[in-house]
Formats: sequence, C-alpha cells, structure tokens
Amino acid sequence: MSDNVREHESEPAIDLRDPLVAVVLAWLVPGLGHLYQRRFAKASLYFVCVMTLFAYGLALGSLPEKGWYGRVVYYSWRTGDKRLYYICQVGAGLVALPALVQANRMANNRRVWLSGFQAPPRHATGPIRVEDPNRDQPTAHDLHSRLPRYFELGTVYTAIAGLLNVLAMYDAWGGPVAPARKKPDEEEDGKEEEEEH
Amino acid sequence: MTDAVLIAQMNDMWYALPLIIAVSLVYAATRHEEMVPILAHAGRLAMWIIGFMVAIFAVLFVLSWRL
Repeated sequence: MSDNVREHESEPAIDLRDPLVAVVLAWLVPGLGHLYQRRFAKASLYFVCVMTLFAYGLALGSLPEKGWYGRVVYYSWRTGDKRLYYICQVGAGLVALPALVQANRMANNRRVWLSGFQAPPRHATGPIRVEDPNRDQPTAHDLHSRLPRYFELGTVYTAIAGLLNVLAMYDAWGGPVAPARKKPDEEEDGKEEEEEH
Repeated sequence: MTDAVLIAQMNDMWYALPLIIAVSLVYAATRHEEMVPILAHAGRLAMWIIGFMVAIFAVLFVLSWRL
C-alpha cells in the first residue's frame, strides 16, 4: 500500500496510489482515475453519470436529417461568439476535445471533419463565399432556429457533465470529503445537556 | 396563460430529472466511499433539490397569478 492512504472513522481506508496520475486519468475519461485506484464501484458511478449526461446533451444538440451532430459542444473565441460554456464542457475530458480540432480547422479555412461534429457554427458575416470549404455548415442562427430550446438544454447537460467530472477529479485526488464533525467544545456541551435531561 | 400551455411547459421539467439524479449521485459520491451511504445521501439530496424547485415554482406561480 502506498503512502497516499486516506482513512475516516466510518469509511474504509483508501489507497489513492499516485493522485496526480489519477486526476489526469479521471479528466481524460470519467471514472478512469478511480479505476486506476481500484475503486471500481465509484469508477462505474462516475462514468455512467457523466457520460450519460454528456451523450444525452450531444443527442439533444443533434439534428440527423440535416446531418448536424453534437453541435452544442464547440469551441469559439471569436468576437460576438465567445463560448464560455466550453470551459465547463471540457471538464468531461477527451469527449470534448474534438471541438478544439474542429475550431482550429475552421479558423484555418479547412474543411471540418466528421460532418462537423462539435464544429463551431459558421460565422455569418457578409455573403457566403464560394471558396469557403465550410459554407454548408450551419450558423448560430440556424442552430438556434432549428433546435429551439434543445440547443440550450443540450448545452446545459454537457456543461453540467463537465462540472461533475471536476468533482470526480477532486475525489480521485484526495478521496471523499470528510463528513463535517462537531468541534470538541460543542460535543461536550451536547453531552452536558443530555446528562441534565 | 392558459392551463394547457402551463401543463405543456411543465412537461419540459422532465428534462431536470436526469440532471437531479446525476448531480445527487456524483455529489454524494464525493462525500462517501461505500455505495450504501452514497445512495442514501443521494436520495436525501435529490429530495432537497426537488423540494427547492417546487418551492421556487410555488413562489413564481403565486407572483404570476392572473398576469
């Protein structure tokens, strides 16, 4: 057993192994850090909860008949389209990283991959240029008008999935948060009150 | 607002259910190591969240009465 062992009064001792490795793994794939620490039940719980939310969010942000998939997760830092939600979404790890590749390709006037999965919306400034390789991609207006309210719902689902994985990373780093305990003087007061009664 | 519209919008609240379940489970899992206390804590937390949402709904419903 390594030196990184956490122990609470009512909880079993946990071997956290190398917490730094566990955190990185937990970020890459939800639950993988706990799998590395051999905490199998929590690994399953985190994987199922985070990935289900993220996948459902992606599905809500998709419109198969138009060939749009996973449009709610994208990276953009353009004027008028700063995607702050991506800061939360990237907490889910590898599953949110295609957005960075797609944003890079679009910024460099290259065709986006995978029919635009996690690609940012086309910037709608001026007329569509024939030489634009991504001219068939939807604009933000297209996404919002064709996915009314589902775009926002999908965004919230994926953002919360990312934030929950940050909690899972914290758990991989330091183990479960110790339950709040009473201060010693409060415990004594409680005992005295019990004795009086 | 008619009752039919209100009921139709209430159906959207089902989208909150997976979020409540996942948030409760993950938060509880950061507090305990064993599954039994995790599930017990998650159940209590889910009830708190639902209760809070119902309370907010009641306040908004009263405030918007006859608007």
